[in-house]
Formats: sequence, structure tokens, C-alpha cells
Amino acid sequence: MNNYGWGLPIRASSFAGQIDFGILLIHAAMALIFVLWGVFFAYLLVRYRRRAGTPAQREEHHASSQGGFWANNAGELKSLMPDVLVMLFEIALIVFYAFPVWRSIKMSPPDPKDADVVVEVTAEQFAWDVRYPGPDGKFGRAKPELVHFSNPLGLDRTDPAAADDIFVANELHLPVGKKTLIRLRSKDVVHDFFVPEFRLKQDAVPGLEIPMWVVPTRIGHYELACAQLCGFGHSLMRGDVYVESPEDFQKWLASRAALKPAPPSASNNSGGF
Amino acid sequence: MSQSHADSHGHGHAQSFLRRYVFSVDHKVIGLQYLFASMFFLLSGFALMMLMRWQLAFPGQAIPFFGRLFPADLAPNGVMSGEFYNALGAMHGTIMIFLGIVPMGVAAFGNYVLPLQIGAPDMAFPRLNMASFWLFLPGGALMLGSFFLPGGAAQSGWTSYPPLSVINPGQTVWLLAMVLLITSSLLGSINFLVTTANLRAPGMSLMRMPVFVWGEVVASVLLLLAFPPLEGAAILQLMDRVAHTSFYMPKDLVILGSHYAGSGGGQPLLWQHLFWFLAHPEVYVLVLPPMGIVAEIIANNTRKPLHGYTTMVLSMLSIGVMSLIVWAHHMFISGMSPALSNFFLVTTMIISVPSVALMTCLVFSLKGASIRYSVPMLFALGFIPLFAIGGLTGLPLGLTVTDIYLHDTYYVIGHFHFVVVTGSVIALFGGVYHWFPKWFGRKMNDTLGQIHFWGSVICMVGIFLPMLPMGLAGASRRLYDPTAQMHNLIVQPLNVVSTMFTYGLALFQIPFLWNFFHSIFRGEKTVENPWQATTLEWACPSPPPHGNFEKTPRVYRDPYEYSAPGRKTDYWPQNEPA
Repeated sequence: MNNYGWGLPIRASSFAGQIDFGILLIHAAMALIFVLWGVFFAYLLVRYRRRAGTPAQREEHHASSQGGFWANNAGELKSLMPDVLVMLFEIALIVFYAFPVWRSIKMSPPDPKDADVVVEVTAEQFAWDVRYPGPDGKFGRAKPELVHFSNPLGLDRTDPAAADDIFVANELHLPVGKKTLIRLRSKDVVHDFFVPEFRLKQDAVPGLEIPMWVVPTRIGHYELACAQLCGFGHSLMRGDVYVESPEDFQKWLASRAALKPAPPSASNNSGGF
Repeated sequence: MSQSHADSHGHGHAQSFLRRYVFSVDHKVIGLQYLFASMFFLLSGFALMMLMRWQLAFPGQAIPFFGRLFPADLAPNGVMSGEFYNALGAMHGTIMIFLGIVPMGVAAFGNYVLPLQIGAPDMAFPRLNMASFWLFLPGGALMLGSFFLPGGAAQSGWTSYPPLSVINPGQTVWLLAMVLLITSSLLGSINFLVTTANLRAPGMSLMRMPVFVWGEVVASVLLLLAFPPLEGAAILQLMDRVAHTSFYMPKDLVILGSHYAGSGGGQPLLWQHLFWFLAHPEVYVLVLPPMGIVAEIIANNTRKPLHGYTTMVLSMLSIGVMSLIVWAHHMFISGMSPALSNFFLVTTMIISVPSVALMTCLVFSLKGASIRYSVPMLFALGFIPLFAIGGLTGLPLGLTVTDIYLHDTYYVIGHFHFVVVTGSVIALFGGVYHWFPKWFGRKMNDTLGQIHFWGSVICMVGIFLPMLPMGLAGASRRLYDPTAQMHNLIVQPLNVVSTMFTYGLALFQIPFLWNFFHSIFRGEKTVENPWQATTLEWACPSPPPHGNFEKTPRVYRDPYEYSAPGRKTDYWPQNEPA
């Protein structure tokens, strides 16, 4: 997996390029600002060091009644020009970049009907529970009291919609080029879904179901890492993302569907370990 | 010496040692109490980080020398455990912010210097002032002592996000200590505001106050307005832990396989809003008083008035107002409504304007100067470019889109340490060198000061600069073992670099500590106004006697009248008649 290096990781989602554009543009601007100010600053330090017989020169203040506010404070106002330039840059960045891109990435999750794939990702200490709705396209009922180490989501297999649900731990399979809707949940504490190659990061909050979307653009093997402190095992909380051709993805789904889930048993009610 | 002075002014009622130095109501003694306490806490917080840096650079290897000293449940065979790492992380942040930098910047310098700079005999409420310190110290002792209690110290981050903080050990003591610290801070901040409002010497109009006083005033307003919500929020979290209420706990949590017994119905995001409602203004509380210190030092060592005093004051005031409505830029990807993010993006952009104006004024103050490269001035000048890195790296984090990727990475850690360490801490060091003659009537050694400055600055940059490329490569913060996630592996050598510079930074604090404590007793004696400064704190003896000024000073002019035309000396104290 040669996805990572000393710079940004490879780009593997439709919006990764948009995010990288902003990161690179801002860093270019930052470098420019820092170098220009730095050169000026260094010049001032050398030019105005203390020398015998050269007293400090005070700035002229024309504190007279003539000229008005602007003329009297011309020197001070002129020095705020760099600030104005930075502000204009920021306004442009916000209006032409941040607003539209944020809207498309975070504010426009597709309707489940319009998504090619819908998958539910549930975070828990310290694992990712991934669920596909199965052939019927419906997520079945889950009950917290049914949670058991063999049934981490507490799926109620007596519900016909749940019977064909496909469950897999710490593995997320996605077809390349398809719009995937991910419903993000958490069972216990706040976690964070982070796939560096997708440039996608979202907190998983217990009690909320947060929709997010991604169109993977590159077949490959990526890392799903938890990016929000979630307890002593936080750094071990990782999973694998496999982006496959649509055919391979369908084959994988079929192979998982063939694995019959265990029939509901009485012991499922006990909960806990 | 101060004893004889005190006697000669009739203030010296025979006070016991306890009354004079322990339960003192004198703002100067309280200021020094805060100074020593916060220095101790800064060193403690730094020591915790030195342990963490070992684990980050060499995960899974036994800590040399000290590893065996820890009990086996914290560090089996000398190798740090995940719980211990998380406790160190949470306590490092908590101690540095709430027990180190804010008490030093606001309370130590504020208590000692603010009343002197406005020409007051003491703080408005001396007993409240004492109460503030004596709530702070037990709060700090409880916080630090929690390592030794059953369950250990809090391990849910200094941000203490529920539900994790509600179910993790150690948090109860953290919350109790926070309640003490917040109460202490409220008593202190109201005192600074009332003192500044009522005890200014005649002629000390608001726009003649030194910039440091303005920094203290704005910081105090923020503490007063933003801390009570966190105190309330902390008590709610305490209730969630001890009384099993569910203010922050949603329904149907399943924790490590068992159904959580609480009734549910709470909202984890509620805590995040209440927490950041304090914690973002807190950033400005961390920064504004140190920035005021930098302004004092720069005016004094450039030998000319500050460029744009009015701009600086107005910038500080507008930062104060705006900082109360930017908090949720910490929460762009928290699960709150993404539409709300746009509002906080815009307010964040707005607050950057006065921040840049402040920096601009500091740089332009050098134009036309006659720069005296004293040790305090080195620190003040070091502040400018390094704090600027902190400010600039805030740009991609404050922008919603780029924050999606950079949030919770090492980029964030690098960013705010450039702000708080190469910004605030550097400025506080400068303040120590600048006001040391005032406090003790002696000077610190210059050569040791220069060694301390260069060594510290180089090491600080060496620690925090590598964190920026690490963050860009995607390395997440708060990982006990960074090598457990594949995307961190390539940049792992940078962790080793950071760690080495951390130990270097520790070494370079030795000349400082020696210089500081040695100079208290053996330093070169100085005159009343060794820096030839203009502000009022230099118009009384060093150290000032009880009651400060022989007679209340009268203020005739602006705070930084250096190099005024037609005068023999290049400084014109505020209290000197024309």
C-alpha cells in the first residue's frame, strides 16, 4: 500500500482534489505572507538597531484640527493595508471556495434512493461494525438489548428485513465510481471516521445518525482510522477500506450473503460478555 | 529592604510570617505566589509531556530511568500503558492551560503589574484576591494529585468529551478540581475589572493605560463571561457521573457489550458547545496578556511610542467581543448541523482581521526605532514571527473545507503550540526578565538569558515544526501508539525529531531556573527604573513597599512617551510633570 508519503496521501475520492486545492492554495498564500513579512521584519531589525548618536525617530502625528480623521491617521491606516489584503483574500476564499465546496461535501448527502450503495457504519470501542442492507435493500431492526459479542449490532434476525443484512467487522468494501451513502453511528462514545485517501472525516456521535457520501475514484486498499479519542484502545481502532470494481464488489457481497447468519438464540438476550 | 520601607510608611503593622507571605492580601505577594505556583505547574505539565514524547517516538519501548518507578498498572515493565498515556495527555493540556499559562499570564503578571501600572495602592478587593489564590492552589494540587488517587488521573482529553468522560475513570476529581479553578478565576477576573475601573490614578484615562492593562481587562471580561457556562457544564457532567443523570448521555448506549443503565435523552454535543464556548475565548485569555507584555517590552526597547496604540486597543476589544461567537469552528465535523458551520466560518474570518492588525502594529513599531537588544526584547522579538506561524496555520483549520482533512491531526497540535508556546510562553519569559528587577530589586544575568532564549526558541521550533508535515500526511493526534495505523508510518521519524528537541528544551530551562533563583538572592542590584521606562510601575521603589506609591501618582501623558523632541532623556515617565 503505497498511498502515503511525506506530503498529502494519494487522492481516492471525487472531492479529494477540491480539498487539496484549498490546502495547497492556502499554504502558498501563507508562505508568501510569511516570507514578505519576514524579510521586512529582518530589515527592520538590522536597519533600526541601536547606534550611538542616532536616536529613535518618532512617527509624525498631525494632531491638528485640519485634515480630519483620515488625514490625521494616514500613517496608521496605511499600515493596515496588508490586513485589508489578507481580509480580501479570506473573503474570496470563503465565498468562492469554502461555501460551495462545503455545501457539496457536507450539506448534500444523497437521498438513499439516489445512492448506488447504502452502508451503515457503527463505531464502537474499538472496532468498526459495517452493515449492508442485503438483497432487499432494507436495513432490518436492531435492538440494543440483543447486543452480544456474536451480534455486535444487536440485529433482530426475526425481522425479515434483518435476516438478509450483511454484517462485517473492520472492513468496508465499496465499488469504484459509485455514489455511496454512509450512515454513521456510534454505540458508545464519540469516534471519528477518517479515511485519509478520501479526505473524509466525520465524528460518529452516539444518539445521532450522520449521513455522509463518497464517490471512490481509485481501486485500492485504504485505511479507516478512528480520529477522535475514544479510550485506551483508540490507536488500535482501525479498519480496511477496499475499493473494488463494481463486479468484484457484487461478487464480494454475494459471497457474504451466502454465509448464513446464526439463528436467533436465547443466549442473545443476555447482552454483555 | 521592603520591611524598612513598609515601616517608614506606617503600613507595617507587625505581621506574622503567615500573614505576610502565606495568607497575604498584598497584590504583590499574591502575584509572586501565582508566579511560583504557575512555574511549578508549567514544569509539571512539561514533565508529563516528556514521558509522552518517549512513547510517541519509541512506542512500546520501556521508558529509560523512570519507567521502573511507575506502578505496574500504569507502566508494566516500564512500558507506558494506553490508559497512562491518555491520562498524561489529558493532564498535560489541563495543567498547561488552566494551571500554567493562564495563571501566569493573567494572575501572576496581572496581580503584580496591573495595580502598579494604573497607579493603585492594591487591588480593589484584597481579601477576594487572597481567596482566589487559595482556591487556585488546592484546585491545582487536587488536579495534579489525582495521579495518586485510585482510578488515577482523568484520561478523556483536556476537552473531556462525553460519553467517554462520563464512563472513564479519574474524571470526577478532574471536574471537582475544575470547579475550584473556575471559581478562583472568577474571583480574580472581577477583581481586575473593578480595580481597573475604580483605582486608576488621577489623569490615567482609559486611553492612557498601558497595552498590558488592556490585555488583562479583555482577558478578564472573557473569563467572567465564558467560564460560568463551563462551570455549569462541569457540574452537569459530575451529575452524569455520580448521580447517573443523563445530561450528555443519549438513550441506548451499549458500552463494551452491556446496555448502559442511564435513562438517556441527553446530547453529547451539548457538552462540546458549552466547553468550546469557554475554550475558544480561553485561547485569547492565553494570548492577550502575553501580547500586552510584548507590547510593553517593544515600546521600552524601541525607545519610541508604539505604532497604532488606538488600533491595538480597539483590536483587543473587538477580539474580545468576537471571540464569544467563534467557538463552533472547533466543531465543523462534530456532527452539528453543517449549515451552522458557515456562520462560524464567517465569524472566524472576521476575528482574524483585528488579530492581524495587532501583529501589524507590533512590527511597524520597529520602524524608526533605536532597538536595544536586551534579553526581554529578544523574547518579544522572537514572539512576532513564531506567533505569526501559529496564526497563519490557523487559516486552513478555520476554513471548513480544509478542516475536514486537517481536523484532529498533528497539524492542529503544531498550530496551537506555535500560538501558545512560541507565542504566550515566549512572551511570559520575556515578561519575567523585564519585570524581575521590579519584583526583587535585582537583575537576571544577561548571558544566561541569551543562552536560554536561543536554546529555547530553536528547540521549540524543532518540536512543533515537524508536526505540520505530519498533519498534512494525515497523522492523527492522541494516538497512544502512532505506528498502529499504517498512514502514520512514513512520517514516524518526525516524531523522533520532536522528541529529541523536547529533551533539548528541558536542558535549556536549566540556565533559566538557575538564573531565576540565583538572581533573587545574588543578582546584580539595580536602580528603581533600570530599563528607563515610562510606565507607572517604574515610579515606585523596587520592590515596592506595602501600599506601593509614596503618594498617589498623577498621570500627565500617554504611556509610551519615548524620544520626545526637546528633552534631554529619551523617556518621559507618565507621572513626571511637564
